[in-house]
Amino acid sequence: MQIFKRKDLLGLEELSKEEIEEILFTAESFKEVSTREIKKVPALRGKTVVNLFYEPSTRTRVSFEVAAKRLSADVINVSIETSSVKKGETLIDTGKNIEALKADIIVIRHGSSGAPAMLARHLKANVVNAGDGWHEHPTQALLDIFTLKEKKGKIKDLKVSIIGDIAHSRVARSNIWGLTKLGAQVKVCAPKMLIPPGIEKMGVKITNDIENALNDADAVNILRMQFERDEKAAFPQELEYFKTFGVTEERLEKAKKDIIIMHPGPINRGIEISSAVADGERSVILEQVTNGIAVRMAVLFLVSQSQEQNHEDHN
Amino acid sequence: MKTIIKGGRVIDPKNNLDQCLDVLIEEDRIKEIAPQIREQADQVIDASNKIVAPGLIDLHVHLREPGREDKETILSGTRAAAKGGFTTVLAMPNCEPAIDSPEKVRSLNQRIKKDARVNVLVSSAITLERAGQKITDLDSLQKEGVLAITDDGSSVEDSKIMLNAMQRAKELDLLVIAHCEDVFLSKKGVVNKGFTSTKLGLKGISRESEYSRVARDIELAEKSNARLHIAHVSCRESVEMVAKAKKRGLRVSAETAPHYFALDEEAAWSFDTNMKMNPPLRAKEDAESIRQALAEGVIDVIASDHAPHTINEKAIEFDRAAFGVIGLETELAVAITELVNKKILTLFDLIKKFTVNPASIIKIDKGALSPAAVADLVIFSPEKEWVVKKENLVSKSSNSCFLGKRIKGVVEYTFCQGQMVYARQD
Repeated sequence: MQIFKRKDLLGLEELSKEEIEEILFTAESFKEVSTREIKKVPALRGKTVVNLFYEPSTRTRVSFEVAAKRLSADVINVSIETSSVKKGETLIDTGKNIEALKADIIVIRHGSSGAPAMLARHLKANVVNAGDGWHEHPTQALLDIFTLKEKKGKIKDLKVSIIGDIAHSRVARSNIWGLTKLGAQVKVCAPKMLIPPGIEKMGVKITNDIENALNDADAVNILRMQFERDEKAAFPQELEYFKTFGVTEERLEKAKKDIIIMHPGPINRGIEISSAVADGERSVILEQVTNGIAVRMAVLFLVSQSQEQNHEDHN
Repeated sequence: MKTIIKGGRVIDPKNNLDQCLDVLIEEDRIKEIAPQIREQADQVIDASNKIVAPGLIDLHVHLREPGREDKETILSGTRAAAKGGFTTVLAMPNCEPAIDSPEKVRSLNQRIKKDARVNVLVSSAITLERAGQKITDLDSLQKEGVLAITDDGSSVEDSKIMLNAMQRAKELDLLVIAHCEDVFLSKKGVVNKGFTSTKLGLKGISRESEYSRVARDIELAEKSNARLHIAHVSCRESVEMVAKAKKRGLRVSAETAPHYFALDEEAAWSFDTNMKMNPPLRAKEDAESIRQALAEGVIDVIASDHAPHTINEKAIEFDRAAFGVIGLETELAVAITELVNKKILTLFDLIKKFTVNPASIIKIDKGALSPAAVADLVIFSPEKEWVVKKENLVSKSSNSCFLGKRIKGVVEYTFCQGQMVYARQD
């Protein structure tokens, strides 16, 4: 019996520990597919997956596309410039049009937090959140957790530090929900202005000291700066950020020898991470990319199997 | 034309009445209030087990006319008012264009005369086009019947302009209604700043963006000695500032809206755009201090901030959706359910906040059932339960934050100037 019965994957906040574990377990079995001579299984044959992207993305879109294709689904990519949407049709109308093409799964990336949730309420198709505003990026967190578990054998009681622009990061939020549900101890580290208010209520510790974040960590997840133009004025120079918060070989000297270095990409060498660390042997950044396919295959497969109906009657 | 309302529990705080009495209406006036009126009448209404109260007054209503008749009109908005038990509403001036000149007030009053089902009082903008730059011609506006001035929807950013306007308002004895928001602090925010904005990944509207402006406007009221009414108070600090101002004897009053005591920020966690308003739903502690302020009289009135929006402006992404909710039709029942039934206010004290208090703040001779007074009154069943449904709303818009909620208190009849303007049908 499948534990994950949801029509949609909108975020990790709403998932139970068991549901997350099932996705990870399913991803384990799908990982092998990518090592075969013929990298394909017929799990989603005859299904149509639409990648609906309102924000530019190469990494996530390609990963979903590869995942869907390895499950034998037909994949259509739709990119919409947010600027033209202002005059054009609403998100709900676009979603309904795509559904009218008999799409089975819609993978959506959108700049507005909550957009996938709104779409999911109005459609019968399965909706997978590929990143919404600063809200959630569940498949990224799942692949981070998958990679971490592969390296460390477990998640429970691991000490994980998330370093960087927490305030504007959906990756941070999804990681926090997922990791804490699985029993990890999560610490967030950033300059004060990049720590969003009330984040301790998500079950994390806060530090503004990079040494403190690195010293006892089993793994670190390093995020890039995403602050906006009007906030930039109040922020130190990029170089200054590297000096105070950049993860370097030097800083890692005091860290655990087997610390895992993760980054959701794209990386900015010399800003949040040094090249030596990014390319070093403790870095699993490229393995994260590989694992992303297995995790997204698992998610697409599980939502496609769900029997959950859309009961809400919105118009 | 004579109407007798028989056997209702008459609650009229202004006259300190709370007993079973009959009310005789003749033409547009209240003729007599007494036990057992035995007079021939054209119409007899059985009000047993019902409350008979002065027609309710709402000091914060957006009727949207002129300019946004797709959202609401004077006709649809005052129908909603009548259904909610309101016989007098104060129309906000942020129409398109803003009500900022005597000509616009005159033309608005003509529309009101033609279409309104209840009394509509008119307010005007403090500054031309609500742009915060030039003060409107308050003297002429008052001559056209304007009772209050407000740039509602925005705060007057320039303190010197606000002070000048308040000094002029003081000379004319106009009420100044302040929308308190420092936009440099709230900029682009859409939900309460704190755990809610963090969790949802949305920009936050801080409490200080509200209370720092409450503080300024109270200081300016002290300096000018103008009558200042703080609109839609939503957070604890604003409550404390109003309480202090009142202790100092300043002429400051305050209102809150039902959503600020009936809901809290968690209602927005589903990204429901009907939970998006400005100021935003705040924390549980804030809702608690609003309830306490209502109980202690720090907050004088409950007003809906009735803000209709079309589905096109609400059925979109949360950060792009319009701010505001409708409230006229649910206001009384939400207040009964959340305040009276939860023993925060007695029904008598609640009716004060809807009648004598707003009347004395805006200085109108209404909100009481005195003999010979104009017959504005409401008859309602406080115990009767109902569920808020889109299809039952008479407002042109359905952006209510109480959709699906089960609440107690049903308006049976509303009389305005002796005319039955609403009678429940079902």
